[in-house]
This record gives sequence, C-alpha cells and structure tokens, in this order.
Amino acid sequence: MLNTYLELIRIRFLMMLAYRVNYYSGMIIYSLNIGVYYFLWMAIYGENSTVNGTTAVQMATYVAVAWMSRAFYFNNLDREIAEEIRDGTVAVQLIRPYHYLLVKCFQGLGEGLFRLLLFSVPGLVIVSLVFPIHLPTDAGRWLGFVISLIFAFVINSQINVLTGLMAFFILNNTGLIRAKRVLVDLLSGLIIPIHFFPEWAGRVLSYLPFQGISYVPSTILSRGLPMEELFRYLGIQLLWGILLWIPIQLLWMTARRRLIVQGG
Amino acid sequence: MRSIEARGLTKEFKVYQSRSGLTGAFRDLFNRQYRTIRAVNGIDLTIEPGEIVGYIGENGAGKSTTIKMLTGILEPTGGCLRVNGYDPHREREEFVRTIGVVFGQRSQLWWDIAVKESFRLLKKLYRLSGEGYRQHLDRLVEVLEIGPFLDQPVRKLSLGQRMRCELAAALLHQPRLLFLDEPTIGLDVLVKENIRRFLKQVNAEYGTTILLTTHDLSDIEALCSRVVMLDKGNIIYDGDLERLRTQWGDGRRLILELKEEVPSFVLNEKTRGLSVKWEGEGTRYTARLEKGTTVSDVLSRLVPAVAVQELKIEEATTEDIVRRIYREGAAHA
Ligand SMILES: Nc1ncnc2c1ncn2[C@@H]1O[C@H](COP(=O)(O)OP(=O)(O)O)[C@@H](O)[C@H]1O
Ligand SMILES: [Mg+2]
Repeated sequence: MLNTYLELIRIRFLMMLAYRVNYYSGMIIYSLNIGVYYFLWMAIYGENSTVNGTTAVQMATYVAVAWMSRAFYFNNLDREIAEEIRDGTVAVQLIRPYHYLLVKCFQGLGEGLFRLLLFSVPGLVIVSLVFPIHLPTDAGRWLGFVISLIFAFVINSQINVLTGLMAFFILNNTGLIRAKRVLVDLLSGLIIPIHFFPEWAGRVLSYLPFQGISYVPSTILSRGLPMEELFRYLGIQLLWGILLWIPIQLLWMTARRRLIVQGG
Repeated sequence: MRSIEARGLTKEFKVYQSRSGLTGAFRDLFNRQYRTIRAVNGIDLTIEPGEIVGYIGENGAGKSTTIKMLTGILEPTGGCLRVNGYDPHREREEFVRTIGVVFGQRSQLWWDIAVKESFRLLKKLYRLSGEGYRQHLDRLVEVLEIGPFLDQPVRKLSLGQRMRCELAAALLHQPRLLFLDEPTIGLDVLVKENIRRFLKQVNAEYGTTILLTTHDLSDIEALCSRVVMLDKGNIIYDGDLERLRTQWGDGRRLILELKEEVPSFVLNEKTRGLSVKWEGEGTRYTARLEKGTTVSDVLSRLVPAVAVQELKIEEATTEDIVRRIYREGAAHA
C-alpha cells in the first residue's frame, strides 16, 4: 500500500516537472514576499533591537522560515477537489481501489516535497547569505521543527480538503476557497506572528487549528521554545490533526451518498 | 457465483429547483424545493459469468446511472445488488479490484503524464507483479496497437488512441467483469473494429464478462448475444438479439421507383386491407410491410394498376427495429 502512495508522490513530481514554468513564477513570488516582509518588519523595528520579546534577527529568521515552510505545506487541494467534484472526475476516481482523499493528500505531499527540495532548501541557504538571519545549529531544535512542519502540512491539507469538499454542497465555492486562503495566511501567523496579536486575539487563535500551520514550526526554528512548551505545541498540532479527520470523514460519507455526477 | 444480480434496483435523483429573484433565493435558503427523478425504476438483471451483454436505450433512459450503481460509484436508492459477490457501494475498495471500467466520455488515465506512467501506477495500485503481468501487458499493447504512444502524455493522444489506452488500463488487473459505457463514441470505423475484435478476444480467452452500453447498434450486433433494453428506467426487453429481430423485425421495406407519377392515395387504395405503410411521393415510394405482409402480396395488387420501373427489398436493420421499439414504447414488448 505504501508503495502505491510513494508512486503517487513520484508521479506528482513528474507532473510538477512538466509544468516547471509555474514553479519558476512561484519562486519569484516567494522571494518577493520574503523581501517585502523582511523590510517591513525592519521598518517596524526601527531603532529597537527587541519588540515583544523578539529580536530583529529572530524576526527576520521567522519571516524567512515561515515563507520557506509555506512552500512546503501549501497546496491547491481545495481547488483541485472542488474542480474534480464539479466536472465529475471524482466519480471516476471511485472505481480505483484507494481512498480518494488520501490519494489527494499524497499528491499534495509530492508537490510539497518537490518545492521543499528544489526551492525551500536552496532558497533558505541563499536567504541566509543575503539577510542577517540566524538558523540554529542544534539538532534537537531542527528535529522539533521537522516534526512540527509535517503536522503543519497535515493540518493545512485537512483544511484544504474540507474547503474543497464544500463543493458537494455549494457547487460554486471559489469565493470560499479564496477567503479561506487569505484567512489561513493571516490566522496561521504567517504574516504576523501570533504573539504580536492583541492578547484577546491571541487567546482566541490558540483554540483554533491555524497556529499549527505556520506559527508553531516557524517559532520553533527562529526563537526556540523551552522543551516543555515545545511538547505542548506538538501535542496541540497532533490533536488537531486527529480532530480534523472527523468532519472530513462525515462530510465525505454524506457527500458520497448524495454524489452528483455531472454529465455522461 | 453470478457476475451481476440485481433485484428491484432503483435510483432516484433529487433535482433542486431555485426560485427566481432575491426573495426566492432567500426562501431557497430555508426551504428548497425539489423534484424527484426516478432514473432507474426497480430493474431486475442477472448476468452470468462469460456473457457479453449489450445495454441499450435512448438518451436519458438510465443506462449510465445503472452502470454507476453497478460499479459502486452511486448508492442505489432501493433494491438488492450483488456484483461479483460484493455489495459495490459498501465494499467499494475490495470490490473495484474485481472489475474494469471504461467511460467513453471521461478519461481515467492521468492527463498530464505518459501513458506508461499511468500503467505503472495502476500496477502498484492493483499490486500486480511478475512475469504474468509483463506478458499480459505486452499482449494488451500488441493487440490494441498502443506501443507507439506509450511515452506520450494522455492529453496529446487522439480520441481513438486514448480509448485503446483506456481499455488496456481497465484490463491490466485482469478483472472478471468489464463495464463499458459508450466505449466507441466518436471513434472511426477502423478503431471500432479493432476494439470489437479485442473485446471478443478478451471474452473468449479470459472468460471476462462484459456489459456495454452503446448508441451504435453495430457494436451490439458484432459483440452481444444478449440485449437488455431500457426505456425511462424500465427494462422493456431482455433476451437474445435473434428473438428481438423475429419479434420486431417483420418490418421489411419495399422501395419502388415508378414509371410515372402516382398520387399516394392510389397506392393506399390498392393495398387496402394489407398492413402496409406508404411513404414518399411522385415516382418514389417506400412501403413498410408489417404483420406478415409479403412482398408478393403487395406486388400482385400493384402491378396491374401501376407501372413499376425498379424495386428493391430491404430487410429491417437492428437500428430500424430498435427505433421502432423506442417509438412504440414498452407496451408491445
Ligand atoms: N446527477 C444527476 N442528477 C439529477 N438527474 C440525473 C443525474 N444523473 C442522471 N440524471 C437523470 O437520470 C436520467 C438517466 O440518465 P442517464 O443514466 O445518464 O441516461 P443514459 O446514460 O441512458 O443516457 C436522465 O433523466 C438524467 O437527466
Ligand atoms: Mg449515458
């Protein structure tokens, strides 16, 4: 079974290679974002070397790591699933001996790994030469980061799957998908780290799954967390990863029952 | 074990209707109105291993809906269904390993990657391996003549090329039962020929049961010993093609060319009492002979009165027969 899913990852790799141009333009956009947010934050810091207990170097590192992580966890599963529901391809997928949603997630993973290896890793090296960022050297923190990043991928994919599946109920959910994308970038701490939010907002966000997408992994690498807190955050991520399967399964089961196959 | 066993198989669709205007849209939010369409209406269908069955019916008769239930894509609204011994919807993941499916109007190959990559993925998916698989694949590639474009992405293939690849993909795992929904739609005659020959071979060699829907009755003539005809969700005929012909095929046609123009009422007058329908005008007429009327019955009445230049007798084609059944409906079947 694992074999099959590895094969799916490989195939997504091939497809990404076939559409290299998209990938180049994506690289430019990410680089621009890192530059823009870096200079924005440095302007905010101005003369101060520390804001909210975060040093300027930590902030710069946060920006670089957060965007490079996004290149890995980001995918278009929501749009793909919605499209396949709308044009009826999802029906065809049901004659294959696999779990449709799991297959989608592995395709997303293939895409993520592609960008991670061909973009994030070399990109982070280049950024660390251009901007004064500081990446940790101790293996423990990197390990924590990697685990957290995997969870980030899972949670983000789950939210995408949920949004995509909405197409079963609201056939035109492109607006929803767009709104979700903006919301996730904001609430996950990608644009503003969550401890910069007003206290009440931070408290609300701590009860939502979004912080597990960007804030947690980026913080682990840029600022570091005490061991105890690290485990607490990883635990919360894991919990969301499990919890989110419930609405997905429910939605999927209802959807399959009232599946509408357009055409033919 | 039977390949397909359905009792009272039914599928209803709810079609939601939107009210007009803003207030209508608002009311739709809380109380949507819908209409129920019964696409398949309690059909009984039994298919034994090794049969090739043609499933025919007009557009919208419910053929595709039936296939989607039989393949586990749609959940039946009612009735009992076992296919290859499984409940297709409930036991989907195991069940689909035992069937192959081709939808003529929709690709199941991965659009952007080479055909052989798709095959490779399917091989993993169905856990195929070893020498047996290699031989089977080589065989499929050879008979379907798809060797030359295995390296191309599916989106670059012509329809005929793609359809042959789809067939190979549906048969890689040597399923016991093959569903084909309009497999020859839009294909040219040569490709159709190739596909028919191939399907016959598969059926003879592996004993694969085949259920196919088609608009092209020559597919049915070439392949199927048994025909199931669907009309508005009901089976109106289930039996062999021969019986269909003798039961309905008494519609020979007599095509006449007359020496000079004769108004049609004269012809009607002459053949009064015989079951003949006249079509045409002037010097060209077609007589449709029904209920045992013979050509000589008609000619013996006509020849004394009108001068016939040329005549031709045509057997009813399956196409004619089927069209007639559609027109006259289930009442006669
Ligand atoms: N998803 C659906 N929602 C509503 N009605 C449908 C749906 N699919 C099919 N139908 C209706 O069911 C009937 C049978 O359709 P179908 O099985 O596609 O016919 P065929 O394949 O014989 O042309 C048609 O009246 C069609 O409009
Ligand atoms: Mg159809």
